[in-house]
Amino acid sequence: MSTFLDRILGRDKSSAQQAKDRLKLVLIHDRIDMNPGTMETLKDELIDVISRHVEIDPAAVRIEMNQDGRQQRLIADIPLNPSGRRRSRKHV
Amino acid sequence: MTKRVITITSGKGGVGKTTATANIATALAVDGARVVCIDADIGLRNLDVVLGLENRIVYDLVDVVEGRCRLRQAMIRDKRLPNLFLIPAAQTRDKTAVSPSDMVRLIDELRDESDWVLIDSPAGIERGFRNAIAPADVIVVITNPEISAVRDADRIIGLIEAEEKGPAKLVLNRLKPEMVKRSDMLSPDDVLELLAVELIGIVPEDEKVILSTNRGSPIVLEGKSQAGQAFRNIAARLEGKDVPFLSLESSNGFFGRISRLIGTGGD
Repeated sequence: MSTFLDRILGRDKSSAQQAKDRLKLVLIHDRIDMNPGTMETLKDELIDVISRHVEIDPAAVRIEMNQDGRQQRLIADIPLNPSGRRRSRKHV
Repeated sequence: MTKRVITITSGKGGVGKTTATANIATALAVDGARVVCIDADIGLRNLDVVLGLENRIVYDLVDVVEGRCRLRQAMIRDKRLPNLFLIPAAQTRDKTAVSPSDMVRLIDELRDESDWVLIDSPAGIERGFRNAIAPADVIVVITNPEISAVRDADRIIGLIEAEEKGPAKLVLNRLKPEMVKRSDMLSPDDVLELLAVELIGIVPEDEKVILSTNRGSPIVLEGKSQAGQAFRNIAARLEGKDVPFLSLESSNGFFGRISRLIGTGGD
């Protein structure tokens, strides 16, 4: 059992929250019948296809499943590198 | 004329399907409707004992399907309510003794002579479940605020949609308000967010349910119990009445009201 302070400070999730978080993940995979490995393959192939046409940073690509009511959505967030110049990252 | 054929199912076993069937059927019958409930759990029948009618069984569902008796002969009249009937499951056969089309045919026959037909589904997603949902107009999924029950409910809801029998309606059974208050149990809002179907009832955990099952007398017949009131509310909502919910505004509202009802809370 966690103390109130632990929860407020986010040190410890309540057991109900743990159950909810675990269920969310389980339900996503139950509903689409896709295992995490297939998801990775899908991501790699997507990056491959898109890279043929525009420049992207593979490390920045985010692909996730989202729940919208009983509808599952595949959300792909693929930042494009600015055209004509290499992606530059300032070092601090 | 039948208004509705309602199947009560859950995926996971032990969440309270049979108790819910017995209580909702009894509540509808108390309101004056002619109600037939059917135990579709062939091989593991229990609706008879929950209703206290186990000593009156002569014929069962499989006898009707296989033509050993007429439908009327298998309908056991309740000992308290003359407009409530039970068609028991066979105990010495298995689920394959009946097919989904047998169920559709049998229930079509009942539609002419009852207001409501309630079908108590077996647990699982196999033949028994298919038999139970085949004739349904409305499917009610029972779950508990607990990981495995919610997961199985989600699976069942998906299968119901795939069969184009949805959208399913949800009953959250055995909620412990005190545990939810401590964030030690999934709340009705949590479960609804995960399952995304219409909620038609929240039944709090109530020891009186066990006492009523011991006696074979559904808890809706007892005035004061929490669970009994919750089941009466579910029946009223199925009848199309707009019964206010105890939950779902804010968690404060929910707990305030629930604890007031139980008599443990403040004003």
